[in-house]
Amino acid sequence: MKLLTCPVNGTRPLSEFIFGGEFRTAPDQNTCSDADWAAYVHNRQGAPGDKKEWWYHSPSGTWFIAERNTLTDKVSRTYLLADAKKADVKKVAVKKAVVKKPVKESK
Amino acid sequence: MPFRLLKYALKKEHPAPRFFKSLETPKKSYDVVIIGGGGHGLAAAYYLAKDHGITNVAVLEKGYIGGGNTGRNTTIVRSNYLTPEGVNFYDASVKIYEGLSEELDLNLFYSTRGHFTLAHTESAMRTMRWRAEVNKHVGVESRVVGPDEIAKACPQLDLSCSGQAPILGALFHAPGSVARHDGVAWGYARGADGYGAEIYQNTEVLSIDVKNGKVCGIKTNKGYIETKQVLSAVAGFTPRITEMVGLETPIVIHPLQACVTEPMKPWLDTILVSGSLHVYVSQSSRGELVMGSSLDPYEVHSTRSTLDFVEGLTSHMLDMFPFLSNVKVVRQWAGMADMTPDFAPIMGKTPIEGFYLDAGWGTWGFKATPISGKTMAQTIANDSAPDLIHTFRLSRFEDYELTGEKGAASVGH
Ligand SMILES: Cc1cc2nc3c(=O)[nH]c(=O)nc-3n(C[C@H](O)[C@H](O)[C@H](O)COP(=O)(O)OP(=O)(O)OC[C@H]3O[C@@H](n4cnc5c(N)ncnc54)[C@H](O)[C@@H]3O)c2cc1C
Repeated sequence: MKLLTCPVNGTRPLSEFIFGGEFRTAPDQNTCSDADWAAYVHNRQGAPGDKKEWWYHSPSGTWFIAERNTLTDKVSRTYLLADAKKADVKKVAVKKAVVKKPVKESK
Repeated sequence: MPFRLLKYALKKEHPAPRFFKSLETPKKSYDVVIIGGGGHGLAAAYYLAKDHGITNVAVLEKGYIGGGNTGRNTTIVRSNYLTPEGVNFYDASVKIYEGLSEELDLNLFYSTRGHFTLAHTESAMRTMRWRAEVNKHVGVESRVVGPDEIAKACPQLDLSCSGQAPILGALFHAPGSVARHDGVAWGYARGADGYGAEIYQNTEVLSIDVKNGKVCGIKTNKGYIETKQVLSAVAGFTPRITEMVGLETPIVIHPLQACVTEPMKPWLDTILVSGSLHVYVSQSSRGELVMGSSLDPYEVHSTRSTLDFVEGLTSHMLDMFPFLSNVKVVRQWAGMADMTPDFAPIMGKTPIEGFYLDAGWGTWGFKATPISGKTMAQTIANDSAPDLIHTFRLSRFEDYELTGEKGAASVGH
């Protein structure tokens, strides 16, 4: 069974989640051109690679962000949008821990 | 045909006949290069030669011909779409298919079965009536039928669907057919090869050269090729190719899965689709039930299979046909569907001169193979798209003129 980690409810079966599409920021509707707005409405980054996406944990009604590679289907991390900044801090911390590990083992 | 057979029988040696020349290295330049040796790319090569006399053409296929979605689909051919433009277009394809075995001199096992789209709710019935009226208006044989007529065509069907979702009626589409999918690729390949087009397998396009907004060549794993006209007909690989030329499109890739049961004696004559139960099924000429469902729920560039899919599909199959509970599923697979927001393809010219797109075929492109080959050949030969495919142009998104086919294409492919 495939699993995904909801930032609030922990690791759950994938069948509890709904894919919400690519995370995108809208251009300023007052200043952008009609063509740019139409491109924003319709076009997507369809090529495979690392993507930031919206996911929804439906039993608890939680929307959150997942970073996932659409070629390998590996999720690198998930977090609430509000925690996006904290998540960046965490990522650095995780990296540090990985670097430290071999040092610990050599003891 | 009998004479050829006799000549063959009297010969001492019987080498396996080749469908097309086995070529290794492409030439330095071509008038037209087609990326993708699926049905669509091969059909375009065939009609470029046959209808327009353009034969200095190379079809480049990174794997083997028909190994993409052409050889993975469930081969339903029909024209009971929702928009008049769509119905006209797919109807033109059905008409070519009906005479295609003859034309390509290859038995495509084209078999007209009749096609029922079952309705389990009043709102589904409304969509069926709508589709029937649009179809009739355009001259396509579709009508709404009641449970009696469905029971007559398929007495094995449990009309109550185990009491879960009683069937209220259906859209019946008489021309609905199935065919031998890889035969279509082979037939067009042999035809194109016979006219002088060249087909290269194991030949992957790595990048496309665009200068001053015009295509001037492509890089492949077998060297550089100069050309001013490139057709991209790569279905599930489209976003990778459009990225090479910096073209944005709405296309995203979702896997679409299918499976077959062990073979049985023939019992299912028609093609059945249920949107509510997310199932469609037909019986192949080999006796297997060929079954599919709707798209995988999220984007992945992969042809992996999942257990979720067979579990969901077979439980709904059992609602419809409880007697199948002992029948085994023997094969399961997936293809990568190039999905558009309006469930209609993207065909024709692009803002890049000489770069033509035949894409957005999602879960519905097999039936369109002949007509898309024909109309894309026309587009390339005249550098202008025919009226028949105007509704599918890439710029429809910028114009907010979408071709809404979701109601006719989301489960019944
Ligand atoms: C499970 C499933 C069921 C379906 N059922 C139906 C159905 O019942 N009815 C229907 O009408 N449609 C159906 N479809 C959709 C249909 O299969 C496709 O829309 C259609 O086959 C697309 O044909 P094509 O020739 O455009 O692409 P493909 O057959 O996918 O060919 C594209 C080719 O391009 C090649 N390629 C990609 N990138 C490169 C590169 N860089 N260089 C060289 N070559 C490259 C690939 O290897 C591939 O062979 C189904 C699809 C699936 C997956």
